[in-house]
Amino acid sequence: MVPLTVENIKKSFDNVQALRGVNLQVEKGQIYGLIGPDGAGKTTLMRIVVTLLNADEGEIYFLGKPTKNNIGFVRANVGYMPQRFSLYPDLTVEENLRFFGDLFDVPQAVQTKRMEKLYQFSRLGPFKNRRADALSGGMKQKLALSCMLMHEPGVMVLDEPTYGVDPVSRAELWDILKQLASEGKSILVSTAYMDEAELCDQVGLIFKGKILASGKPTDLTQSLKRLIYLITTNNAHQLYLQLQTVFPAQDCNLFGNGVHLIDRKQLGLEQIKKTLLDRQIEFHDIQPIQPDIEDTFLELIHQREVPA
Amino acid sequence: MNRTFKSIVRKEFLHILRDYQTLIIIFIMPIIMLIMFGYAITLEMRHIEVAVVDHARTPQSRQLLSHLQSSDFFVIKAYDPPESQFESLLQKRQVRCIMVIPADFSLSLTGERFTPVQLLIDASDPNAANFIQNYFQKISALFNAENNPQFKFPFEIVPRFLFNPNLKSEYFFVPGLIAIIVLLISALLTSIAIVREKERGTFEQILVSPVHAYQIILGKVIPYIILGFVDSVIILLIGHFWFQVPVHGSILLLLATLILYLLTGLSFGLFVSTITDSQRTAMLIALLMTILPTILLSGFIFPVPSMPVIFQYISQIIPATHFLKIIRGILLKGIGLWELKAPILYLTLLSALMIGLSIKKFKVSLE
Repeated sequence: MVPLTVENIKKSFDNVQALRGVNLQVEKGQIYGLIGPDGAGKTTLMRIVVTLLNADEGEIYFLGKPTKNNIGFVRANVGYMPQRFSLYPDLTVEENLRFFGDLFDVPQAVQTKRMEKLYQFSRLGPFKNRRADALSGGMKQKLALSCMLMHEPGVMVLDEPTYGVDPVSRAELWDILKQLASEGKSILVSTAYMDEAELCDQVGLIFKGKILASGKPTDLTQSLKRLIYLITTNNAHQLYLQLQTVFPAQDCNLFGNGVHLIDRKQLGLEQIKKTLLDRQIEFHDIQPIQPDIEDTFLELIHQREVPA
Repeated sequence: MNRTFKSIVRKEFLHILRDYQTLIIIFIMPIIMLIMFGYAITLEMRHIEVAVVDHARTPQSRQLLSHLQSSDFFVIKAYDPPESQFESLLQKRQVRCIMVIPADFSLSLTGERFTPVQLLIDASDPNAANFIQNYFQKISALFNAENNPQFKFPFEIVPRFLFNPNLKSEYFFVPGLIAIIVLLISALLTSIAIVREKERGTFEQILVSPVHAYQIILGKVIPYIILGFVDSVIILLIGHFWFQVPVHGSILLLLATLILYLLTGLSFGLFVSTITDSQRTAMLIALLMTILPTILLSGFIFPVPSMPVIFQYISQIIPATHFLKIIRGILLKGIGLWELKAPILYLTLLSALMIGLSIKKFKVSLE
């Protein structure tokens, strides 16, 4: 039995089509990453999965049951972590954990045992008597995750759990998710950070309410058959603007380390170098690189917007 | 009561205990209001500043002045100011009224002629002007009775004040204050407490759990019922033992109707929380829907029959109008359930209606 299946989900708000037929499947022990920019429809999809919103069309199966007629069952068995920090800031770490344990009717003794485990997991133990609003951003997210784990759900839905969290805490959060998946939990997680895609077992690239591509992260990057060159310079932004006068704009992408250039016409390294020199465009170095998820995503978006 | 429910109640108590603003509203404000209404804001007047001009300067005129000074209603601030200063004395509020005794005062008294004594009153505060006039009439009646024992009035109205023989305004305010405080806690604080969860996003989190919506709402509301009840009892105790407000009727009936009234306030609070998403709007709507009309239109300060007709109708809708009938009736008149059946029935129906509306409008999803 597949823990979570989403079939052709459509949803509109007023005149805006938030979701235009989304399909995905989360297998047991798998982390499915829903990757996409803000406004792509990630939160809407997650809220539909946890029955907070109704879909206009389509069907979702949660542990084999259609969610539509099993709202109570879904809500009692899913672990849901909303995007915004939504614990009680005036309650302590321990009081928050106990409250969520009580909400799911977990017996007191079991709660105590689980809390010990979660404290080790999250390293929140030393802060258990601290009020939630006095925690750092990363610790808050770990507390939210811990609260969600108090009833040990088999299927979890996490809406941008690493949003606004420092890099160290992000790594810790992902370690926890990996650990949970290895224990056989099924996790649907969304993020706007492309670099987190490689940490998922399966990713779906979502844009404007549609999943553009899905699969293993490595398969996805390899599906981008074109060669990509990284051009480095001192002033990447200026280079980016200059390149756009020579090459099609959708083939140039500004990255932190320089500009990624998609060699759509298969000009080859030497030809590109020559063009740059002819045009007197300054650069340090140019070299072919392995495309990552972000290259793939940007290429998919370009393909969609400019039908080739 | 299962553990989940208890946990929600306990959590709500923790929220209240850790939010000193709420604590102040619940425990300090009622006492401040009680002291304010009990001492500072009284409808009777004392120590009214008077200027007197005595053109007669006879034993009789001095007797009239001593009458004026014998009560603590008047303080003579100026003697014989020149007529040219009259206006500025009143304008600067140095005195509230000026009494002018004519030169032929004693003469006309003994001659049994009509004796006018002029009284100039600052009527910029009409209520006060009325009081001053009434007090002076009493003094003149007293003076006349002493000086003309043989003179008989054709008839005289001898009032007897029932239920509040000394006309103490505390008797009036303490019950009204309970009506306001209970509403404040049950309507305002509960609506804010529920909307706060929506605003913080915690509502989204607890909706995705096996807990029923009614458990969430009830769990949040119960602490406020308890606090509202405790608060009312505190006000009653202070009112009874400090301000000596009597309790003529049944205490049991009083407490039972108090709970009914709490429920009415609560149903308003619930309703407000279903139609708003932010604490600020909830507070505004709750104030507009409950506190303001209660203070202004329920008869708490201004008597309902003297309002314009349209406001009299509006005041009949307001729950506090009916609760005031109940609580004043029980405390001051000692009336029972049978006499109070109409307001009790109205409050019951109103609560049922508002709770029904709230349940219908309450959302268990985000749509």
